[in-house]
Amino acid sequence: MPSKSQGDKASFGLTLGAIGTLLFLHVPLMIIFLYSFTTDEATYTFPLPGFTTKWFGEALKRTDLWDALTLSLKVATLSTIAALILGTLAAAAVYRSDFFGRDAVSFLLVLPIALPGIVTGIALRSAIGSLSIPFTFWTIVIGHATFCVVVVYNNVLARFRRMSGSQIEASMDLGANSFQTFRHVVLPNIGTALLAGGMLAFALSFDEVIVTTFTAGQQSTLPIWIFSQLVRPRDRPVTNVVATIVILITFLPIFFAQKISAESSESEGGSK
Amino acid sequence: MTKPAIRFEKVSRHFGDVIAVDAVDLEIQDGEFFSMLGPSGSGKTTCLRMIAGFDRPTSGRIFLFGQEVSNLPPFERDVNTVFQDYALFPHMTVGDNIAYGLMIKRVPKDERKKRVDEMLDLVQLAGFAARKPSQLSGGQRQRVALARALINHPKVLLLDEPLGALDLKLRQQMQVELKSIQKRIGITFIFVTHDQEEALTMSDRIAVFNQGRIEQVGTPSEVYEKPATPFVAGFVGTSNLISGDVAKRITGSEKTFSIRPEKIYLGSLSDAPSEKMYSATGTVRDVIYLGLYTRYLVNLDDGGELVVIEQNLKTTSMDVLKTRDQKVCLSWDKEHISRVGG
Repeated sequence: MPSKSQGDKASFGLTLGAIGTLLFLHVPLMIIFLYSFTTDEATYTFPLPGFTTKWFGEALKRTDLWDALTLSLKVATLSTIAALILGTLAAAAVYRSDFFGRDAVSFLLVLPIALPGIVTGIALRSAIGSLSIPFTFWTIVIGHATFCVVVVYNNVLARFRRMSGSQIEASMDLGANSFQTFRHVVLPNIGTALLAGGMLAFALSFDEVIVTTFTAGQQSTLPIWIFSQLVRPRDRPVTNVVATIVILITFLPIFFAQKISAESSESEGGSK
Repeated sequence: MTKPAIRFEKVSRHFGDVIAVDAVDLEIQDGEFFSMLGPSGSGKTTCLRMIAGFDRPTSGRIFLFGQEVSNLPPFERDVNTVFQDYALFPHMTVGDNIAYGLMIKRVPKDERKKRVDEMLDLVQLAGFAARKPSQLSGGQRQRVALARALINHPKVLLLDEPLGALDLKLRQQMQVELKSIQKRIGITFIFVTHDQEEALTMSDRIAVFNQGRIEQVGTPSEVYEKPATPFVAGFVGTSNLISGDVAKRITGSEKTFSIRPEKIYLGSLSDAPSEKMYSATGTVRDVIYLGLYTRYLVNLDDGGELVVIEQNLKTTSMDVLKTRDQKVCLSWDKEHISRVGG
């Protein structure tokens, strides 16, 4: 096994596999990117018949597109805020106190992310419908919050578990009340977990289709708008332009979330 | 008359069916170095946590200099704690960790800095203020935790097995240092430990805990030389417990007594013990040569077994090993036994 003895250098097969996987994941994205500059309106021909940036201009003029984008941003922001508050509280409760059925509660909190979106969606639709609440912006937010809470909860709980429990006692012992302890000791400890969890939640909400279809009224969020464009093959490059923008918007938070998690786990690992 | 620093009045703490602390009465004087000694699960840490305010008594009352504190939250008590795992705040520098209590009390920055420097001097860490806890060794973290607690001028300092994580050399060094810091600042230290040697080294008085109760409170020499119960005799140092018929034949009373192994003379059968001595004959069953001293296991003719320790003043390993299987006469001063009830 010569490849094994080489230590830190990956074998040829492994390198090939990694490159293959990366191509498999990212070539379709490149295609979308490429075809937002095509001059051909309806089909994907290769090589491109011509290069143009006019679709970006076209996209700018479409008010329905901008409405969808603002709606998506608003929904993602609100569900992230809700998730940050609820997720942190839930994590604190599960971590700090030992109550009857704690493990069950923990399991139920995580369940929504494992459940197929279609199940969550239909369940929410029936629930909201049976309560005769109109399907509005707020029902979308509620729908998204169900899975955003999980992401924050998981991140924060993991951080709590790594934090030495006596830090909170030490803070109280030194004269800080609960609020001061939260502000000076707990928050700095879970800060990066909140940021990472929040960014992930935002990204999840921003591209959600299934649950949104069930909980939205007449409004279209951006992913739903894109989906509806597929039925109308005209102006296809406009859709590609939007997809490119979405990739960029989602890419940044995920990138930073990963970076933050990696950094904080390194610094905490060092203190052990 | 001065009030005791800490007074427990019939304090109990139950966790479900488990009685962690069982109707404990206790007084700790101002300025004492007081140790709570006992095996794990004996209730000593729970008592400490109730003084700090992390736990509330199920029943009974706790007083701090005459004022009842039983149900006050930790941040309203004039006591500070040094935690077993130090509990330093990893996101703050050493200086900010130490200044934490002052920051909460809104002490101005200049004064904070001055007092942090004083504290760093006290614990011999001058110049470490800007470091992070993760850059310190175990012993240094320990000192930071001590400084962070002392900077608030608490009336009582609580120490929860703070030396447990240190290696032997460092532990012995810190024992001396803790004692000298306590003498210098003169406040009450309450020190929880399961290490009897540590308790004997540092304390003015020791409370020996067992199964949620205090078996004995006394100075180190009282606890060591006159153990009140069989548990204390066995837990603090090693001890021989003799009871029943054997005790009657040796001392004339059936009551159980304890005698420390190092108080026993190992002599030949021809030695006539004096009036002031108790004596018993037996056979040396085993000899363990330990360099500094030798440990003998002697089977008594009347039944039972005694451990005897003799310093190797003149003897060598060759000499002591020859005593195996020999008949011997053991004798000890009548004053050195301790009746331990029963």
